[in-house]
Amino acid sequence: MTTTTTPARADRPAPAPVRPRGGANKTKSGRRRSWMPLWLLLPSAVILIPLFGYPLYQLGLLSFLEFGQPQASAGEVAEFVGFDNYSTLLGDDQFWDVLSQTVIFAAACVVATLAVGAALAVLLTRVGKWPRLLLLFAALGAWAAPAMTGSTVWMFLFDTNLGLVNEVLGMQGHNWFYEKWSAFALVGVVVVWHSFPFVMISLYAGIESIPVSVLEAARLDGASTWTTFRHVMLPILRPILTIVVIQSIIWDFKVFTQIYVMTGGGGIAGQNLVLNVYAYQKAFASSDYSLGAAIGVLMTLILLVVTVFYIRALRRSGEEL
Amino acid sequence: MKIRSLAAVAVAGIALAACAPGTASKSKSADEQTGTLKVWLYDEANRAPKEKVVNAAVADFKAAHPKVNVEVGYIPTDAGPRAEKMKGAFNDPNSAPDVVEFGNTDLFGYVAAGGLADISADLDTWSEVGDLPKDLKDTTLVDGKTYGLPWWLGLRSLYYRTDVFTELGIKPPTSYAELVEAAKKVRSAKPDMFGIAVGGKYTFGGLPFVWAGGGDIATQQGGKYVATIDSPQSQAGVKAYTDLFGKDICPPQQCADLTGGKTVEAFAAGTAGMAILPNSSRSAVEAGVAKGKYAVVPLPGNTPGSIAPAFSGGNDLGVMKSSQHRSLAVDFMKILGGKKYQLQMFDAMGNLPTLASARGDVVAKDPWLKPFIDTLNAGTKFVPKDAAWAKIDAQSVVPTMFQKVVTGKSDVSGATGEAKTAIDNAFAGK
Repeated sequence: MTTTTTPARADRPAPAPVRPRGGANKTKSGRRRSWMPLWLLLPSAVILIPLFGYPLYQLGLLSFLEFGQPQASAGEVAEFVGFDNYSTLLGDDQFWDVLSQTVIFAAACVVATLAVGAALAVLLTRVGKWPRLLLLFAALGAWAAPAMTGSTVWMFLFDTNLGLVNEVLGMQGHNWFYEKWSAFALVGVVVVWHSFPFVMISLYAGIESIPVSVLEAARLDGASTWTTFRHVMLPILRPILTIVVIQSIIWDFKVFTQIYVMTGGGGIAGQNLVLNVYAYQKAFASSDYSLGAAIGVLMTLILLVVTVFYIRALRRSGEEL
Repeated sequence: MKIRSLAAVAVAGIALAACAPGTASKSKSADEQTGTLKVWLYDEANRAPKEKVVNAAVADFKAAHPKVNVEVGYIPTDAGPRAEKMKGAFNDPNSAPDVVEFGNTDLFGYVAAGGLADISADLDTWSEVGDLPKDLKDTTLVDGKTYGLPWWLGLRSLYYRTDVFTELGIKPPTSYAELVEAAKKVRSAKPDMFGIAVGGKYTFGGLPFVWAGGGDIATQQGGKYVATIDSPQSQAGVKAYTDLFGKDICPPQQCADLTGGKTVEAFAAGTAGMAILPNSSRSAVEAGVAKGKYAVVPLPGNTPGSIAPAFSGGNDLGVMKSSQHRSLAVDFMKILGGKKYQLQMFDAMGNLPTLASARGDVVAKDPWLKPFIDTLNAGTKFVPKDAAWAKIDAQSVVPTMFQKVVTGKSDVSGATGEAKTAIDNAFAGK
C-alpha cells in the first residue's frame, strides 16, 4: 500500500521541514512550530466552544432535574433527581425498541446513501457534458429541497387514496405507512433522496482532483482498473470518504423531519419512532423536558462514541486524515 | 495544549454553572390600553364561516377601542400540534396571545402550567353571566377560581347518508348491533364507501362505546383517579369500537390512522355512509357533497333504543396569564363569548351556544339540533378533571390503544393493560 501511494506523495512539492515524529524529534524549534495551528484555531474555538458548550451544558443539567410544564411556566422549583431520568429511560422497553430500530434505520440509510452517492459520482465522471449537467442539476434540486417540502411531496405521491403511485400501480386504498417496515422503507428513500447529493458531489470533486499523472503512472506500471481503484484512488479519496461517512451517520441517526412529517409524528401506534422524534414526543408533546433531555444526552454520547471509534479505526489502519 | 483547552472548558463550565435551565420569567401581566391584541382560535375543518363571524366581532371591538389592533391567528385542532403551540406560548410569554380558545378538557393542564389568568372577578361583573348555566361554569373551575368562559358545546351524534340508506332500505340504527349491520350493508353495496368512518386517532369517537357499556378511562377513588380502562366493561367497549375497523366496514389500512377531523372530511366528501361527528361539523359537512343528503340520530348504545353517552365537549375562551393587555383581552372575550356572537357562531358553524337563552332560541327554531339535545339530555361524560389528562392526551394513550388493537399488534386486554399503566403513571406524575 505504501509503495503505491508514493507517486501521490512525489507529486506534491517535497515537504521542506521534516515533521516531528514521536518523542525523539521533539526539538525546540519543532515544538514552537506545533503551537502555531492552535493559535490559528483560537478564533473559531472562541465562538464554537460557547456555542456548543452552553446548550450541551443545559441539556446535561436538565437531564438530572425533574422538569415538566409546571417548572417551565408556572414557577415551580425544579428538583435535582440524580440519575432518575436515565433509569426510567433505560428501564422502559419502548426506549430499547426505538433505539434498535433507529440504529437499523440509520445504518440502512447510510449504506444506501453512500452506495447511491458513490455510484452516481462515478457515473458523473464517465458521461458527457450535458447528461452530467442534467444529473448535477437534478441532484442539486433534491439537495436544495427543504426536508419539510420534500417529505410532503413524497407523501402526496404515496397517498393512500389520491396518490400518483397507487394510481399508476392500480393499488388504490393501499396504505404505505400501515406496515412498520414499509413505512420505514419509504421514509428511508426520502432520506436518501435528500442526502445523496452531498455524497455524490463530494466524491465527484474528490475523483476529479486526482491528478491524471498518478493514474497514468499506475496504468504504466500495469495496474488493472480494480487495483487502480483500490490502491490509488481509494487512499486519495479516504479523507473525503471519512467525512462523508461520519456526516451521513450523524444525519441519519438524527433524522427527524422526514419521520415526523411523513408518519404523523411516529406512525400508527408509534411504530415508526426514531430516537430524535421520541425525544421530541417526550420533551414537547408530553412536557417531560428532563426525560427528553436525557434522551438527547444519550444520543450525543452514542454519536460521539461512533465517531471516535471510526476515526481511531482509520488512524490505526495507518492512513492520515 | 490539552491542559490549556481543558482549563478553558473548566472556566467556561464554572461561568455557566450559575445559570439554571430556562424558566419563563414569572409572567408579569400588564394592562396596556393600546397596541396589538393577539387572539388564537381553533382552525376548524371549515374555517371560512368562522373567520367571518370572528371578523365581525373584531370590528365590534375596534369600534369601542379604535386605537387597538387585533391580530387573529388560527391554531391546529389536533391534540399534539395544539399542545405544542400552547406550551410554546406558556414558555415564551413574548410570543403568546392575549385571548385563547381552548378545549374544555385542556383547561386543567393549562392552569397547572400557569398559562391562564384567573378571570373570576371579570366574569362576575359581566352582564350576561346570569345566562350561563352553573354546570357549565363548574367545568371551568379549579380550586374555586374561574379560568374560562364556556363558548360553545360540541356533542357527537351519528350522521348518516339518507340517500344511501333509502336506496338500500336501511333504517337508522337504534342499537350497536344495528349499527354494525347497517355499516356492513353500506360497504358491501358501495365498496368505495366506508360503512362508518371511524378513526384510530379519534379518541372521542371511540370513547362513547367504552362509556356505553359502563366503562371509563379512570374513576375517582378516594379523591384520586385510578385508571379503569382495562375493566371488563371498558374492554368490551374497546372491542366494540375496534370491531368497526374491518375490511367489511372501515378497512384498517385506511382507517387506523384517521383523526376525528379526517372522518369529518370523509363524510363530507361522500366516502362514508355514517360518521360520529359533533354538531360543530355541520358547516364542514354541508360544504361537501353530503349536503342535503344526510340526517342525524343519537349514537345508539348497546340495548335497542338506548343512547351511548357522548363526550360533553366544547370550547372555552380564556385570557393568558402573561397578557400585556388584560382588560382589553377580557373585553374582547366578553364580546366574542356573548349572546350576539354565540348565535352567529351557531348559524355559521353549528356550534351549540352555552348561554341558556341563546341555546333555547336556536333549539326552538332549528329542529336539526334535536338529536344533539336528546344526546345531551340522555347524560354526557367527561374526561378526568385533572392536569394529568393533558399528558394522557398529548401522549396519545387512547389512540395508541385503539391503533394497537386495530392493526393486530396487540389484543384488547394487552392494549388496555398498557393504556392503564400509562394513565396511572400520568396521574402519579411520572
